[in-house]
Amino acid sequence: MCLAVPAKVVRILNDFTVEVETFGNHARVNTSLIEQVKLGDYVLVHAGFAIEIVDQDSAQESLALWREMYAVQSS
Amino acid sequence: MPFNRAEPSPLLPFNDDLALGRAMLARIKEGLADWQRAHGRKLTLMEVCGTHTVALSHSGIRDALRPWVDFRSGPGCPVCVTDQEDIDAMLELATLPGLTVTTFGDMVRVPGSRRNLAQAKAAGADVRIVYSPLEAVDLAQAEPQRQIVFMGIGFETTVPTVAAALRKAVEEGLENFSVYSVHKLAAPVIRQLLQDPELKLDGLILPGHVAAITGRRPFAFVASDFSLPAAVTGFAELDLLGGIQDLLTQYHEGSARVSNCYPRIVREEGNRKAWNLVDRYFTQGDVRWRGLGLLPDSGLVLRPEYRRFDAQQRFPLNLPPAHLPPGCLCGEVLKGKVLPFDCRHFAKSCTPVHPVGPCMVSGEGTCATYYKYERREG
Ligand code: SF4
Repeated sequence: MCLAVPAKVVRILNDFTVEVETFGNHARVNTSLIEQVKLGDYVLVHAGFAIEIVDQDSAQESLALWREMYAVQSS
Repeated sequence: MPFNRAEPSPLLPFNDDLALGRAMLARIKEGLADWQRAHGRKLTLMEVCGTHTVALSHSGIRDALRPWVDFRSGPGCPVCVTDQEDIDAMLELATLPGLTVTTFGDMVRVPGSRRNLAQAKAAGADVRIVYSPLEAVDLAQAEPQRQIVFMGIGFETTVPTVAAALRKAVEEGLENFSVYSVHKLAAPVIRQLLQDPELKLDGLILPGHVAAITGRRPFAFVASDFSLPAAVTGFAELDLLGGIQDLLTQYHEGSARVSNCYPRIVREEGNRKAWNLVDRYFTQGDVRWRGLGLLPDSGLVLRPEYRRFDAQQRFPLNLPPAHLPPGCLCGEVLKGKVLPFDCRHFAKSCTPVHPVGPCMVSGEGTCATYYKYERREG
């Protein structure tokens, strides 16, 4: 119901606007719905807004856990 | 401009770690075969969210698991669940002189009871597509002589963006911006479905991006009240597989819980900042759903102190009763009761180019998804 894509923060434009990049495309998104972001963060973008910050530690933990569970080496 | 090759995203493996995906899929198939041997039938899972419907088809996971799993789509496509009366109201509002309706792209192609958008346009309707609700506020600022109505459809994921647009309209003191709020809430409609004895589900794949805003907790009732295993799940291939694997683990243990299988996005308490903003402008209210009728407290309406931004108050309409496209089973499709193949219009008189009902219009509608990915030759 709610298509949202992760995108990397590549520029802080002001208190509530950042520029993000995803697969080479750049866009401005409003960050007023989330806590403070910093350069290099990944945010989840929906309807012109960042609606959450991706927890990258958690992302890597999930991948590591699965690789262990399924005995698959990191690619 | 020189093309700077960006560093690969650390999130990419969720979509393209083939070795891991294959290993997960193989384990899942074993688990499903065990389940089938024990129960003598296929497992029935509902994916509530339209984006999951698309992801399951696009990834090929629905197809790969077809021998063991009957996936049913739920009421999670915002355009599809919008009641016919609200579609009619949108088209009617747009023909009022000096008024512009703004909405997300898919909405404009849903046929109304008496006319479609092309016919409404011939009658002078002004409908504009926006990508973000903020664009509607910008339009209101740029064209102060026109009334700008934003057609507010969507679930918890989308409402904070509409609340942020309202905040701007309030701050700027705009008199010509209003919202026609038919926003929906996921948890109440899921509860409604689970009370239906006709619908027999073994588990739920819950909407990860709704939970990003609400947190996992509002869905805990699925396990506590209905003893049904469920997994809050993301949308990449490994996320889908991880969610299904979690359900299998629950069957194996004989347990029922609502797992958070999308922890990089979903926090237990959700995004409080976003939800607090929603809470400032909206309150829970009864809203109409296609196929389900008026459900108590299943949507968000403007708080009394912000009624002046409520398009339904500002522009009262007196519409004749809506009638549904004859033969369209959308209302049953979105409850998971039938599949698009069961509809006599599907891929014959109803196609994405000439849609009969909203489930064929929206990119995440079940009929549109099955049309694109699930038709079999012969
Ligand atoms: S195929 Fe078309 S007419 Fe049939 S249920 Fe889907 S949208 Fe409605």
